[in-house]
Amino acid sequence: MATDYIGKPKNRIEGRDKVTGAAKYAAEFHEPDLLHGVVVSGAIAKGRIKNINTSKALELDGVVQVFTHENTPSLAWLDLSYKDMDAPPGDPFRPLHSDEIQFNMQPVALVVAKSLELAKYASHLVEVEYEEKEHDTKLIDNLEKSEKGIGLRAGFEPPKSIGDFEKAFDSAEVKLDLEYFHGAEHHNPMEMHASTVIYEEDGNLTIYDKTQGVLNSRHYVSMVFGISRKKIKVLSPYVGGAFGSCLRPQYQLFMAVLAATQLKRSVKVELTRPQMFSFGHRPITIQNLKIGASPDGRLKAIHHSAYSETSRFEKYIENIVNWSAKLYNCDNIEEKYRVVPLDMYTPLDMRAPGGATGVYALESAMDELAYKLKIDPLELRLKNYTEEDKSQGKPFSSKTLKECYRQAAERFGWENRNPEPGSMKEGHQLIGWGMATGIWDALQMPARAKAVLTADGKLEVGSATADIGTGTYTIMAQIAAETLGIPFENVTAKLGDSSLPFALIEGGSATAASVGSAVKSACLKVAKKLLKEAGKLKNSPFKGADLEDVIFADAKITDKKNAAWSISISEVMKKREIDKIKKKYALIPNMLKQNKYGRNTHSAVFAEVKVDEDLGTIKVTRVVSAIDGGKILNHKTAHSQILGGVVWGISMALEEDSFMDHNFGRFINHDLAEYHIAINADMPDIDILFVEEEDHIVSSVGAKGIGEIGLVGVAAAIGNAVYHATGRRIRELPITLDKAMGLHTAKAEQI
Amino acid sequence: MRPFTFTKAQDIHSAVKDISEKEHAKFIAGGTNLLDLMKIDVMQPQRIIDITGLALNKIEETEEGGLRLGALVTNADTAYNEEVHKRYPLLSHAILAGASPQLRNKATNGGNLLQRTRCYYFYDNTTPCNKRQPGTGCSAINGYNRMHAILGASEECIAVHPSDMCVSLAALGAVVQVEGPEGKRAIPFNDFHRLPENQPKKDSNLSENEIITSIDLPPEGFAENFAYLKNRDRASYAFALVSVAAGLQINKEKIIEARIALGGVAHKPWRDKKAETLLQNKEATKENFQKVADTILKGAKGYIYNKFKIELARRSIVRALMQAAKKE
Amino acid sequence: MKKKITLKVNGKEHEVNVDPQTPLLYVLRNNLGLKGPKFGCGLSQCGACMVLFDGKANPSCLKRVDEAAEKEITTLEGLAGEDGNLHKVQQAFIDEQAAQCGYCLNGLVMASVGLLSENSDPSDEEIQAALYRNICRCGVHPRVIKAVKKASTS
Repeated sequence: MATDYIGKPKNRIEGRDKVTGAAKYAAEFHEPDLLHGVVVSGAIAKGRIKNINTSKALELDGVVQVFTHENTPSLAWLDLSYKDMDAPPGDPFRPLHSDEIQFNMQPVALVVAKSLELAKYASHLVEVEYEEKEHDTKLIDNLEKSEKGIGLRAGFEPPKSIGDFEKAFDSAEVKLDLEYFHGAEHHNPMEMHASTVIYEEDGNLTIYDKTQGVLNSRHYVSMVFGISRKKIKVLSPYVGGAFGSCLRPQYQLFMAVLAATQLKRSVKVELTRPQMFSFGHRPITIQNLKIGASPDGRLKAIHHSAYSETSRFEKYIENIVNWSAKLYNCDNIEEKYRVVPLDMYTPLDMRAPGGATGVYALESAMDELAYKLKIDPLELRLKNYTEEDKSQGKPFSSKTLKECYRQAAERFGWENRNPEPGSMKEGHQLIGWGMATGIWDALQMPARAKAVLTADGKLEVGSATADIGTGTYTIMAQIAAETLGIPFENVTAKLGDSSLPFALIEGGSATAASVGSAVKSACLKVAKKLLKEAGKLKNSPFKGADLEDVIFADAKITDKKNAAWSISISEVMKKREIDKIKKKYALIPNMLKQNKYGRNTHSAVFAEVKVDEDLGTIKVTRVVSAIDGGKILNHKTAHSQILGGVVWGISMALEEDSFMDHNFGRFINHDLAEYHIAINADMPDIDILFVEEEDHIVSSVGAKGIGEIGLVGVAAAIGNAVYHATGRRIRELPITLDKAMGLHTAKAEQI
Repeated sequence: MRPFTFTKAQDIHSAVKDISEKEHAKFIAGGTNLLDLMKIDVMQPQRIIDITGLALNKIEETEEGGLRLGALVTNADTAYNEEVHKRYPLLSHAILAGASPQLRNKATNGGNLLQRTRCYYFYDNTTPCNKRQPGTGCSAINGYNRMHAILGASEECIAVHPSDMCVSLAALGAVVQVEGPEGKRAIPFNDFHRLPENQPKKDSNLSENEIITSIDLPPEGFAENFAYLKNRDRASYAFALVSVAAGLQINKEKIIEARIALGGVAHKPWRDKKAETLLQNKEATKENFQKVADTILKGAKGYIYNKFKIELARRSIVRALMQAAKKE
Repeated sequence: MKKKITLKVNGKEHEVNVDPQTPLLYVLRNNLGLKGPKFGCGLSQCGACMVLFDGKANPSCLKRVDEAAEKEITTLEGLAGEDGNLHKVQQAFIDEQAAQCGYCLNGLVMASVGLLSENSDPSDEEIQAALYRNICRCGVHPRVIKAVKKASTS
């Protein structure tokens, strides 16, 4: 059919807007007399503000106001009011609430001025005197103060143990007991966090916010400032990268709304790049893997435990240790997870939160086991392949991992590998081949969507979700166009607008399965209505017909059995004198059905590295990644998602490290020159393949979600390749050249 | 950014006069380092004197048969200059190992010499830093010092000079021509930058009222046997952890002269002339190179996070010399 | 102190009344409403703010506006023809799906246009070198290189 679009590599709808500069991001909406706000960041990690002097800043002509804790009006007094949809258990941070300093770079003032330059200059003139208290930001020194990693949080699964680990481990012939670490990371989307608040005369607010959930932002503003939701509109048509950083409303939103409502003026607040290091990071973890196996490579016992960071005011929890029971056929698994409250901002979900780090440790340990057993690492995985989620004793809704292993291994040429470390060499370059598995959840969330078909044959679909670069606009339009069988060009997709039907925050790789399915169902309701109307036409062959009896394609309704019975959609509308068909659909995941299955995406990742034998410099030269992500809705945008995930994996394995200087309790490499992420010159040849299997248990569109899976497993594959190249096990990320040379500093100093 | 006044200098003499008469004044050319430091409030000049109009933008022969690089010639124009490329390829390679094409199009030769350290603490106004605010202390000594010095540091400062270009200029034995209120003077490259000692605020021996007019290259360019090796934390866009500029003159298997300068290891491009002489009349072998590397690094001292640099420097020196000798 | 400055942007002259020290990027975005050039760091570390000065790509966040007055400035908005036809680099970026979130795209497109005006047939390495400091967080780099290649042959 000419109107088959799902799965096709359509160019993204908004591509032209993005290459011409027409796409506008949160800080790019303007209006006359807009005021600019600049945030002043605190300089200590813990204590109180003794004195804050804003007079020099206020003396400048054009500075309108400086907000501090001293002149911020009392707002919602319940901590609960500050809780957003993604808040972990605890009491959320309340900006400018009191003189207390809870973390370094805490916002202590907002300077509002007529121009950005002036606000920036004035921000340097705000003088703050502190009374410092002793702070503690070092995870490893505070393990005895840890708390059980448990609590209520969307998507969080409490660690669960099965069988009897101790007994099985004791009796295992082959044993490993290993520790893994990695540094902190910051999301650093290219667009810095910004909110533009347009203050209207009647007190209504239109807010352009950098967010992954317009409804989350609206909820937050409504609760904190006590403004009716009806008076707030939040828009976020384009988001310049997110990766989890705007799942929660960040403090620039609070600041901009505060200034706008107090001054009754429109205000824009945009953070600086260093301030992008002031809220939320991927927390450091210290992980322990104990694995017991039989000499022929059967897993008998796995213990996976983790210590991780959180703040003093919230308990951040993520799924770090929950993966081995979903990935391997082992009957005795123990999972333990503890968090340590420290004087820092609450960590924040960052692409594949928990999975990226937990699976890194698990899959590194599996490689170590393979070497200990002298079994090929891929063979070891296949030997312990599981057809059921052992943590729940349930089959998988779909799983193509075995085929992913096979196809990726073949593309990579794995069979030509000499397992001996250091055995492959080119000049000074030691060549290493490593592999690992990735796993992530296949989630579906409640979502609503609307579909409006007009007599001119145009269709508009909408949902209050976000497109953070993932391609949501495009797949919404593809699903809608194919479902109703109308040309792709006739479909407009709307999102990032709080007046649209409800959707949750855009995260966890759930959007395609949730919003995509809701869009499909809304369109099916339109189709049903059209069919009913067609049946009312004189002598209609469609009288009493069901959707199953017909095909919607090429802008026509056609009988499945008799192709001659066909009528164009526009004719139906014209003859029945219908201007518009508007349908809404509220998707509630069928938990009864879904809960019978383990639901996951998987990946098989193979990597080649070259390591200089003397200098330790590491270059990833090749990556093959095969993805079990269910039905792929758009091969172009999906490919980009996985590509980005692989690049993130390279970055995580070799470069990213937000370095906390514990003397100051402050991240110290807070700019893009010194916080290293992978750049153009680091790029290897990246080969991506999808092993598709439609999963109609997870979603009616068959998709499982692919935003995170591309990243999971990549760092382990690279680390394993470095071992194969050098014979050195480096159990600490990032793997920098000093570590590859065997000269790295002790872990206790590092974390 | 704090407000500042901005004037354009018409000629060298008036530029020097201008800066001598005004307080808190700074010259600006490419501005690729000064402006970002002003934006984050680390540097706060009140007067900016634009020198881009001065006639210092030529590359020409010197009387001695070397090459004179005007202070205002951009790094890109220098690297791609035919004469530089042919006679001083070490310089071209070093320039191209650093910065982006866009920055090289803007940054000038004089400015490259005067770029400030990239020490995190120097860049963060909330932490003590003797270079930024004398007397406050050095945060890096007991902090995150991965990028810091292993040679010639003091208790007051362990920052390093970030330039690649300067490392090659040190190896080549360039001379910096400057002009000030007292007239002109020539500063051998090795004496241009300084060690921090108890005055880390000062990066170089250029006085506040002097202007760099040119960088003169001696006739010998080590064009036959040279190497610039840069080790960093990603494939590009990172400052050197350790870099080595090496030049050799070899005649019938014997080394006549050796030049070795290190970057990323000290407050200035590090050159040990005495150690270089160890290679005179020796054969270009790995063993001989290892000996000279050991000598250069004899006094090296590492800190918590940068101890590895000593061994990395040792191996890098050997690798660079082997490459220069075309032994690999 | 504010001053009247005439800027030549995308072939048109604009008079702005601003402090001459203001970074050009702020003036383009806030005074002229040209949001193509993006604010990614303000410290010339990310490349998102690139514009062409007399055909050469350079960051605009550290360029004083009065210094820019002497140049022909082209922004992302000025690349497409008046008929709305996209520049070949823009079209190639769409076709090769080199955009994800789109925020770094301005810098990548402008640096690529700058590169192709000097080197009509760049190698992968030359493209990587030209885009050396253009940071992309979505990780779309391999597609960007493909797009520049495609533009160079179209």
